[in-house]
Formats: sequence, structure tokens, C-alpha cells
Amino acid sequence: MQDLIREIVAGYNYWLYIVLMMIGLYAMIAKGNLVKKIAGMNIFQTAIILFYVSIGCKKGATIPILEHAPHGAHHAVRAADYINPLPHVLMLTAIVVSVSTLGVALALVIKVYQSYGTLEESEIREAMREAKTAEE
Amino acid sequence: MKIFSLIIAVAVGCVLLYATGDFPSWGDPASPASTHVSPHYLEKALEETSVPNIVTAVLADYRGYDTMFETTVIFAAGAACVILLRLFGIRPKERYYRHLLTGVTIHVIGDRKIPEDSGTFERIDNLWVPHDMIIRSICRFLIPFLQLFALYVIAHGHHSPGGGFQGGVILGASVILMAISMNLRTSLERIREKTVALLAALGILIYSGTGALCILLGGNYLDYSALARILLVSPVEARSLGILAVEIGVGVAVMATMIAIYQNLASSGRLDEGL
Repeated sequence: MQDLIREIVAGYNYWLYIVLMMIGLYAMIAKGNLVKKIAGMNIFQTAIILFYVSIGCKKGATIPILEHAPHGAHHAVRAADYINPLPHVLMLTAIVVSVSTLGVALALVIKVYQSYGTLEESEIREAMREAKTAEE
Repeated sequence: MKIFSLIIAVAVGCVLLYATGDFPSWGDPASPASTHVSPHYLEKALEETSVPNIVTAVLADYRGYDTMFETTVIFAAGAACVILLRLFGIRPKERYYRHLLTGVTIHVIGDRKIPEDSGTFERIDNLWVPHDMIIRSICRFLIPFLQLFALYVIAHGHHSPGGGFQGGVILGASVILMAISMNLRTSLERIREKTVALLAALGILIYSGTGALCILLGGNYLDYSALARILLVSPVEARSLGILAVEIGVGVAVMATMIAIYQNLASSGRLDEGL
């Protein structure tokens, strides 16, 4: 039991991201409404962002912005004093990209609503089946 | 179906949790993610690029290709929104006008119009009528400061948290705030649809053009130190200035894309009446 608690405390960021990710995955599979599926996808993306940002963390370190001395007189920088900038760079672009993909998803949802009059997956499937039998 | 998906989610979660046993603990400076290229960036970025904010230096210089194609992805998403939703030449079947002095609302059916510049009538939206003096006045006061702050965030991205993506989103948000607080037509008068499309393409052009200029000056693509020959500064300073040019391109492209996505989503592509 003590080992388990120690393990959870040492890696609680992983536990958090996995819980969030599974909430998103469950919403994407189980929910019938397309907008709820998109909300699930966004929760999933947020979990990935949390994961990346948390692996860049270092204990006792500060943000990776150095002091800029004029005329190129720099102090030696110890890498352990600054958190890892790489995950932040990757997630910075990923956040904006996730917003624009959300826009595309919502545009598709608007088009689906315009042609079927509903956003429920089962009703859309029903309407598609009826259209197919009417064609035959 | 719900039980089935719950089982899948729990099973995948358990597998992932099992794998976390091998992961480095939280905040470990010796974790694999922090030991390969990251120390090089932290120790060398300032002397190599003269940019104190290492996130900006990595974003626009060391990983310049990545950021360029991320910007292209955003542009493509905006273009996809416009292509999916935009409807041309569809006129509204009915319009509503409000008489400014009395507040009487007139419902016009068909294709007839009341000239809006007469000063006695204003066009109002069909579904939602934003007419709140407090919200309008506060947004009118707030929007210039938002835009000024966005320019600060873009220009000061070298020395503080910020840069093209964040500043571009704030700039786009200021125009979206205008559309929400007044109406969509007011914001379209300020920044037209064609301007938005041109700006989105211009942002990508600034980014890739900076890269191409580096080739013309004898360097590699996106190797900003080649710009030193025309900027008349040292190669290290030139990398800092090249990053600024690229960030401006990113900011312009992101702003235009956010506005285009909002305009098309809010009005389902008619760009006439919307949220």
C-alpha cells in the first residue's frame, strides 16, 4: 500500500493526464451527439498538453527566460536551473492548431446539421439508411 | 454500448498506468526529455541567437521548419472552414430595422432594403439583438487596449512570455469581441473578408519569404544568420531579428485565421447575420 502511494505521489501528473485522457476517450466513443464527441476530443488534446508540459518540469527550476546582459556578457547557464523549453514549444503550436482543428470540426458539424437536421449519431445513421433504401 | 466503451476506456487507462511505472518521476532534472538537446538549447541559445526567451528561440530558429508547417496547418484549417461553410450570393429573406429615435422595429420581408446610412434606421439581427449600452461602451474602450497588448506580446516575445501565436490569437480575439459586442457586420466593415484572406496568406508568405531570403543571401533555408549581410549587424543579432520577422508572420496568419473561422462559424457561412 505504501509503495503504491509513493508511486502515485511520484508520478501524479501521469495519473492526472491518464484520467483526463480516458474521460476524453470515453466521451468520443460513448456519446451519441457529435458536439459532445468534439468536446471529448478537446479534453483528450488537453490531456496530451498536460502530459507534455509536465514532463518538461524540473524541481526547483524557473522559467526558461534568461537575463540578457548587454554587449554579449553572459553568465554561464546551468541547464538544471531552467525548465525544459522543448515541450513548451511543441505545445504552444499544438494549442493553436487544436483551436483551428476545433473550428474545422464545428464547420463539419454545421454542414451535417444542415443536411440531416440532427446531430445524434443514431438518427443520422437512420436517415442515411433510409436515403439508401429510397435510392434502390 | 456505454458499458463497452467504459470497458475500453478503463482498459486503456490501466495499460497506460502500468507503463507509468517506468516513467521518470515528476520534476526529475535527469529525465530523458531534459537530457538530450534541451541542455544545449538552455546553455547555448543566448550566445547563438541573442534571444533570452529560449522558448521563442527554439520555436522560430532551432525548430523553424516545424513552426512554419504548424502555421501552414492553421492556414489550411482556416481555408477548410471557408470552403466548407461559405455561401455566396444568398440574400436574407427578411431583415429587421430599428428606428433609432423611437426604438420601433420594422420587419422587412423580401429583398427590399432601407438605406442604412440615412441615420434614422439601423439594421439589427434576426435571431439575436445585441443592444446593450454598457457592453458596447466597455468593448469599444477595451478593444484598442487589447490590440495594443497583442502588439506588445508579439514584439516582446524575445524577452518575456509571448510571441506570434499568442499575440495573433489576442489580435483575432479583439476583432471577435467587436463582432460579439456589436454585430458581425460592424466587424466586417472594419476588416473585410478579402482582407482577412489576404492577411492569412501574407503571414505564411512573410515566414516562408524570410526563409527564401536566407537562401538568396547564401545561407540555408531559415538560417537567419545569412540576413546579416543586408541588416548590417552581426550574425547573432541577425538571427534575433529574423526570429522577430518570422513571429510577425505567424501573428498575422494566426490572427486572420481566427477571424475567418469565427466569421464563418458564427454566421454559417453567410457573413450577414451572426452571433
